Amino acid sequence: MPVWEIVLRYLLLVAVLALMIGPFLWQLSTALKGPHENIFSSPPKFLPSDPTLHNFERVADTIPVWDYALNSLKVAAANVVTNCVGAALAGYALARLRYRGRKAATIVFILAMLVPVEGIIIAQFTTMRELGLNNTLIGVLLPGCVSALNVLLMRNAFLNVPYEIEEAAFVDGANVWQRFLRIALPAVKGTLAVVAIFAFMGAWDDFLWPLIVLSDPDRFTLTIGLNYLHGTFANDERLVAAGTVIAVLPLIILFACLQRYFFRGVGEGAVKG
Amino acid sequence: MKSTTASQAAPTDISTTGTARKEPRPAGRGPRRGIRRQLPTSPWLFAAPGLAIVGIFILYPFLSTLNNAFTDKRTLIEGDYVGFANFQELWHDEMFWIGLRNSTLYVLGVVPALVVLPLLLAMLVQKHIPGITFFRSAFYTPVVASIVVVGLIWVWMLDERGLVNALLEAVGVGKAGFLSDQWLLLLSAMTVTVWKGLGYYMIIYLAALANVPRELHEAAAVDGAGAVRRFFSVTVPAVRSTMVLVAALSSVAAFKVFSEVYLMAGPTGGPAGEDTTLVMLVQRVGTGLTGRVGYASAISVVVFVVTVALMLLVLRADRKEDA
Repeated sequence: MPVWEIVLRYLLLVAVLALMIGPFLWQLSTALKGPHENIFSSPPKFLPSDPTLHNFERVADTIPVWDYALNSLKVAAANVVTNCVGAALAGYALARLRYRGRKAATIVFILAMLVPVEGIIIAQFTTMRELGLNNTLIGVLLPGCVSALNVLLMRNAFLNVPYEIEEAAFVDGANVWQRFLRIALPAVKGTLAVVAIFAFMGAWDDFLWPLIVLSDPDRFTLTIGLNYLHGTFANDERLVAAGTVIAVLPLIILFACLQRYFFRGVGEGAVKG
Repeated sequence: MKSTTASQAAPTDISTTGTARKEPRPAGRGPRRGIRRQLPTSPWLFAAPGLAIVGIFILYPFLSTLNNAFTDKRTLIEGDYVGFANFQELWHDEMFWIGLRNSTLYVLGVVPALVVLPLLLAMLVQKHIPGITFFRSAFYTPVVASIVVVGLIWVWMLDERGLVNALLEAVGVGKAGFLSDQWLLLLSAMTVTVWKGLGYYMIIYLAALANVPRELHEAAAVDGAGAVRRFFSVTVPAVRSTMVLVAALSSVAAFKVFSEVYLMAGPTGGPAGEDTTLVMLVQRVGTGLTGRVGYASAISVVVFVVTVALMLLVLRADRKEDA
């Protein structure tokens, strides 16, 4: 590659970088600005002159932000477990086991994947109320706890595992659970990691469904709590900014730690698709 | 997705259920051994949790939405069948047309940007040069960040006194009502949707670009094709099916937009509700103690129908170009 092209590439990369993470840095900067700093100055001041963590304490005084974060964490962690377990089991059943009705089961998952969640949200809410689970974290968790998309992702991953290995194990007398746990599952770790990350992000980020199912402020998840913070204290941008930083930081850290697996796993899946 | 259908035909099953295996059991092996290997019910045990969740919380609500659309059901009232009354009411409901207009505009505004820009971005981060992993991950940050965070960040950026207006004023352009003008608000929300989606579709394109044979580019370069020419005659044809996939995914998502507009325009949908989208209308009409579940379901049915139509339209366009 000629030098000018490398220079041009890096210039473009830096420009896009500013566009993509600039807004986050601006939010962080606002969150760190003290009460006597003018956050509305023109031209804007990009660095806080007197950085303080005070705003983060004030968020906690205004809304129970740590409780909300804990609620989100509970839902997200549970969502990871249920999706990994449920999708792996069902995916294995669709890919590797033969029984009457397997085609029908596959079609059920494909149909479910095609149903737009936004369109059934009211009926989901009614269903949840009939089960007596609205306004609970279980209610937030349940509808997405085994997503059809993840089931199909796992199914495809299992289909790509060489058939001979499992056959050999079968001949050696391994039963279906042994084959599933010892042979098939370790072979699809990459896809499982992608499912886990998506499950965590999906639950941590979800907005519309918790907004509908939760009515009691004590049980809010972080996204709903933040929107509440925004609505109640729209005038103090420092507070809202501090709240968003609290909400986004765990995700960015999680993603930074896992991005290696993530890009590899997504790449593998998409190349095959 | 294509591999789903292709692999269905592949004979990759291991038949284990006793009935499916035709050869007779060797003498001396009692039925207990068969039971230990696999209980006859275990395939269903594997699939049951997934089927139950999907059945109860996706398919049943889907069917009841179709059913409720023909009733006057309310939050705490069962309601009666009213035939097509909900749909007749929709026809005369100004808010419905506003919602349909905005959701449609959203598709028209967002989809072209999300088909083209992430492809260019993917080409930019495709080459393995030092630090490229950092750039890839950084570009993905908006995807990772929750939509509420993204919404609030941009509300602050686009505020009357926010960063964007401060910059505009500093360079002498003057302020713009990004969050108060009906059309600018919709445009701002679209920009945010595109900004948040770039990284996601970039990854999809990146995987597709990895499959374009390098020889094609080299051959074209030898033939004297410049970068622009190579882009249109080598890259675009090679990733065309991915572009169709991106168009399908992004148009369906754009039509169902809720969070961005809700966060930026507020629950009532901007000035005089002029920025309401269809899903916002579903949420507003169908929830709360006086929620009109039946009427909201009728709007949902419209959302289904348009979504399916959009998918078919995109896929059909794909097939036409193939022929």
